Amino acid sequence: MDSLPGYNYWIVILLMMTGLYVVMSCRNLLKKIVGLNIFQASVFVFYISIAKVSGGTAPILKDGIDVYSNPLPHVLILTAIVVGVATTALGLALIVRIHGDYDTIEEDEIEAEEPEG
Amino acid sequence: MEQHFPVLVVLVPMLAAPIAVLFARGGLAWFLALASSLASLYMSAVMLLTVLDVGVISYHIGDWAPPWGIEYRIDRLNALVALLLSGVSVAVLPFARRSVKKEIALERQYLLYTCWSLCLSGLIGMTVTGDAFNVFVFLEISALSTYALVSMANRRQAHLAAFRYLVAGTVGATFILVGIGLLYMQTGTLNMADLAERLPAVAGTRPVIAGLGFIIVGIAVKMAMFPVHGWLPGAYSRAPVAVSAFLAGTATKVSAYLLVRFTYTVFGADFTFGTLSIGTPIILFGVAGAVVGSVAAMHASDLKRLLAYSSVAQISYMGIGIGIATVEGLGGGMLHVFNHALMKVALFMGVGCVLYSRGSASLESFSGLGKQMPIAMGAFTLAALSLIGVPGTAGFVSKWYLVVAALDSGWWPVAMVIMVTSLMAVVYMGKILERIWLGQPSTDVAHEGRVPVAMLSMLYVLAFANIYFGLETSLTVGVVLDAARELIGQGG
Repeated sequence: MDSLPGYNYWIVILLMMTGLYVVMSCRNLLKKIVGLNIFQASVFVFYISIAKVSGGTAPILKDGIDVYSNPLPHVLILTAIVVGVATTALGLALIVRIHGDYDTIEEDEIEAEEPEG
Repeated sequence: MEQHFPVLVVLVPMLAAPIAVLFARGGLAWFLALASSLASLYMSAVMLLTVLDVGVISYHIGDWAPPWGIEYRIDRLNALVALLLSGVSVAVLPFARRSVKKEIALERQYLLYTCWSLCLSGLIGMTVTGDAFNVFVFLEISALSTYALVSMANRRQAHLAAFRYLVAGTVGATFILVGIGLLYMQTGTLNMADLAERLPAVAGTRPVIAGLGFIIVGIAVKMAMFPVHGWLPGAYSRAPVAVSAFLAGTATKVSAYLLVRFTYTVFGADFTFGTLSIGTPIILFGVAGAVVGSVAAMHASDLKRLLAYSSVAQISYMGIGIGIATVEGLGGGMLHVFNHALMKVALFMGVGCVLYSRGSASLESFSGLGKQMPIAMGAFTLAALSLIGVPGTAGFVSKWYLVVAALDSGWWPVAMVIMVTSLMAVVYMGKILERIWLGQPSTDVAHEGRVPVAMLSMLYVLAFANIYFGLETSLTVGVVLDAARELIGQGG
């Protein structure tokens, strides 16, 4: 993909904007969580991209190779992925509770019952 | 032993949490949370004294030298914040025991104290760490447990409030993560002190400026700065009242600390407030938040919601102080972090006492309580006066520094706004005080029992702390102004 240098960063921006838009505009709670996941996935791609060293290989020490990719952002983003999974799980659990309380996961219908929030 | 305090202060509450889950007993979990908070309080106090005595403590986790290993770095400012966090936890837990017993089903109480310990651990971790990525990890530890804490209240709105808090909080935390990634991209380091050294060389580049933007917006969401404060009123008013008291004194305060840490230490005040002059937008949003929060507080019909909106206004004062970026301004802002924690915790405790004995926190239920619950309402009144900023209380001291700083740096309209919003605080707190002391007891409110001594005594400890730190200012003002000098000196 030499024709578009840094194309992965464009993917990051695209995913980030998509995710944020979904979080803000969708009135369905489940879709909000989906949006949140897309938003977080963009950051994962971002961290993985910044670690890539052109011509570098996987960071495993071996004779004859002296260019490695940076392993640190990969390790960092593993942590963030775990956090993302935990957040999604908690969010889904809350949605189950909200569904039990209101019989709906549409924010418009919930707000009709709960004007103050 | 003592040289390991910087990490133990985080680890002790963190280890209390799994033990509490294993035993699954409410009383034991409460005891573990209290014992670990006390241990953290002791360790923070020792660290603060050490820092005042010999200067910055640098602790290397696992003996890996920074910038490769994770460094915990304690200076005046975060030692004070750590002391505040563990202190608030120690003060609220004895109160929480009875209050939680009444609000939450027996078999779920241990989960609340487990999340409490985890939350405290994450908050202290964010404070003491000197590693930018570590901040994110601790932030998520505290945030996830906070969402759970909010959702535990026995009412359905709590689930909704917790969900909204989760969405807003995750967006904020992810913004911070993007910002840290951008900084790493330009500097190749995550250690804050190392970042501060390497950033000036690349300061003008677009990733660094974008990174600063992402970090500030992310922190603003977590701090509930206007206009991204929307999650706070719901979360604080729907959470169990003991949790509201705990969070009001800790969660947003740590975010205010992080804002200072990133703008002053990592980026340097010269760059952020000098070259980019981000102080102006922070002050303007602060002014707007102070007005919006105060107006909303005047119209709230439920006291927990009123206090939550007043928090939005008070947090804006902290933002204003940080944005003014003079020694008095920053010092006043940080002082307000400390003092606002004291008054808001006391006020939420007062509301908790009323909830305990009356089962409601609506404005009507406060009518005539001065005659029926004079002891609790006396302490509540002291805290309310401190929120307004009456001379002799803690709230006056920090507002004084903020107003003086605003006038000194030519922001006189800001000083006016602080005065006017303080007058609005007189209106919304006065409305309640009038009901309490002059109103007629309403007949249709249930009496659900006397307030336990443990709850009352902790309320009094906090209420007197408001008076103490209003009269005896040498400890707080001294530490905070020295810390502010240190931070502003770092940039220049």
